[in-house]
Amino acid sequence: MSEPILELVGLSKTYPGGLKALDNVDLTIRKGEIFALLGPNGAGKTTLIGAVCGIVRPSDGTMRAFGHDMATDWRAARARIGLVPQELSTDMFEPVSRAVAYSRGLFGLAPDPARIEEILRSLSLWDKRDTRIMALSGGMKRRVLIAKALAHEPDLLFLDEPTAGVDVELRKDMWRQIGAMRERGVTVILTTHYIEEAEEMADRVGIINGGKLLMVDDKAAMMKRLGRTEAHISLAQPLTELPASIAHFPVELEEAGTSLCYRGGDGTGKGKGEVADLTKALIAAEVDYTGIEVRESTLEDIFVSLLGEGEGAA
Amino acid sequence: MINWRSTWSIYTRELMRAMRTAFQSIIAPVLTTSLYFIVFGAAIGARMPDIAGVDYAAFIIPGLLMLTLLGETTSNASFGIYMPRFTGTIYELLSAPVGVAETLVGFVGAAATKSLILAAIILLTARLFVEYQIAHPFLAVIYIMLVAASFALFGFILGIWADNFEKLGIIPMLFLTPLTFLGGTFYSIDMLPKPWDTIALANPIVYLVSGLRWTFYGTADVDFGLSLGITLGFLAVCTVIIAYIFKTGWRLRA
Repeated sequence: MSEPILELVGLSKTYPGGLKALDNVDLTIRKGEIFALLGPNGAGKTTLIGAVCGIVRPSDGTMRAFGHDMATDWRAARARIGLVPQELSTDMFEPVSRAVAYSRGLFGLAPDPARIEEILRSLSLWDKRDTRIMALSGGMKRRVLIAKALAHEPDLLFLDEPTAGVDVELRKDMWRQIGAMRERGVTVILTTHYIEEAEEMADRVGIINGGKLLMVDDKAAMMKRLGRTEAHISLAQPLTELPASIAHFPVELEEAGTSLCYRGGDGTGKGKGEVADLTKALIAAEVDYTGIEVRESTLEDIFVSLLGEGEGAA
Repeated sequence: MINWRSTWSIYTRELMRAMRTAFQSIIAPVLTTSLYFIVFGAAIGARMPDIAGVDYAAFIIPGLLMLTLLGETTSNASFGIYMPRFTGTIYELLSAPVGVAETLVGFVGAAATKSLILAAIILLTARLFVEYQIAHPFLAVIYIMLVAASFALFGFILGIWADNFEKLGIIPMLFLTPLTFLGGTFYSIDMLPKPWDTIALANPIVYLVSGLRWTFYGTADVDFGLSLGITLGFLAVCTVIIAYIFKTGWRLRA
């Protein structure tokens, strides 16, 4: 397992007025991973990022980044962290290259035109280097924010809703950019409410709601633990009870005995195999069927289910 | 320890912002001040008697300089920090490894520098209308720098305090400008009838205008030491307030 580069312990934030945006959050981020923080609007994702990046003052808890206590040794820690905010917040009157160079200088690094050129080229911004940011499209502006965040060569990069409000093509392009960052050794923490984004890119996933971190796990392990296969078998003749030969399968009769529903497996494909065995058992028991619909559960199903449980418990 | 590269980045960026808005930052105040010189210096001043042995047109130069200096420095500094708060770009400053020293030297230094450039241009412009000599040029420069730094700090506080554009403009418009007009810009406090000459001494701007006038002509309404002390005191108070703001994150960090 890679070394931890960010450790949050008991992190809480209560805003004036009483809103508890973070509630005793414990989280460890490992070097080189892409971590997706999933949650609905107002779940606490941006507050968590803000707390680590120095924009929000935590009410309680400790934060350590790269071994530095962020309360006392914040300069050393922040020097290695980059942030791409959700909003397109930058001086729109500045040319692209100057805005990126400013970000590098702000983090205390010497000017390095070659490095700036490399970053701009990697984000397809080199041709726009002298263009004022206000003249760029929304997608290009978002790339400028990424370039600014990469200007000081951070080891840990926060992307707050990097693809919010962008079209599908640009979203996929952004995913490629994030993949390239990981190739360069940058650890990426991204917040999103697009589940497919987490499914596509993340190594680990955290689900947050109401300021509480409900679950953190490897994406594959989460799918294995919480994933399910669901199969609906339309029967040619209604059944009143299950044949004994299929009783050991996790099945039940639905729709007045005209449909047999299987819910089982573990999100790794095991369920598909059981459905195949089930169909063979049905044939052996001379139960005829007219159609089969098999569906693997997605991260979205798990997400919705977890949020539902959280609300139910609340 | 202060990070000078970060400080330089903030400082140069703020100066570049001023260059981008050169008309608003430099040309407009120079034009306004020139109009004052034409009206009060050349037109009306020609019919006015000397004040404390100084030609009236020359007498008003320190006051007019202070009028522009206070207004422009406060506005520049307050806009400098308010705009990033308003547009959200302050995230970059807050998430960078920069503290109060880099932020202050960068923002306040740039605002003060702009004001010094402006002061130099105004003094050169005044030359076109009025003959004048500066009795204590070194002290005049130091004093202008002190006032510029103090009001840049004051503007910085204003830019953090304000949560809308109205608040941003209200202090310069409703307090600074009237107090400067009533602070002896166009007259000596001695010329006021009683008890207004005494009441006028409650106006802190009187000491600033008077201090600058002393560096120009060696004559003033109040002792230069008192003017200097009040300026330094104001500088200290503003510095303490800003240190408190950064320590608590008031209106900067959520």
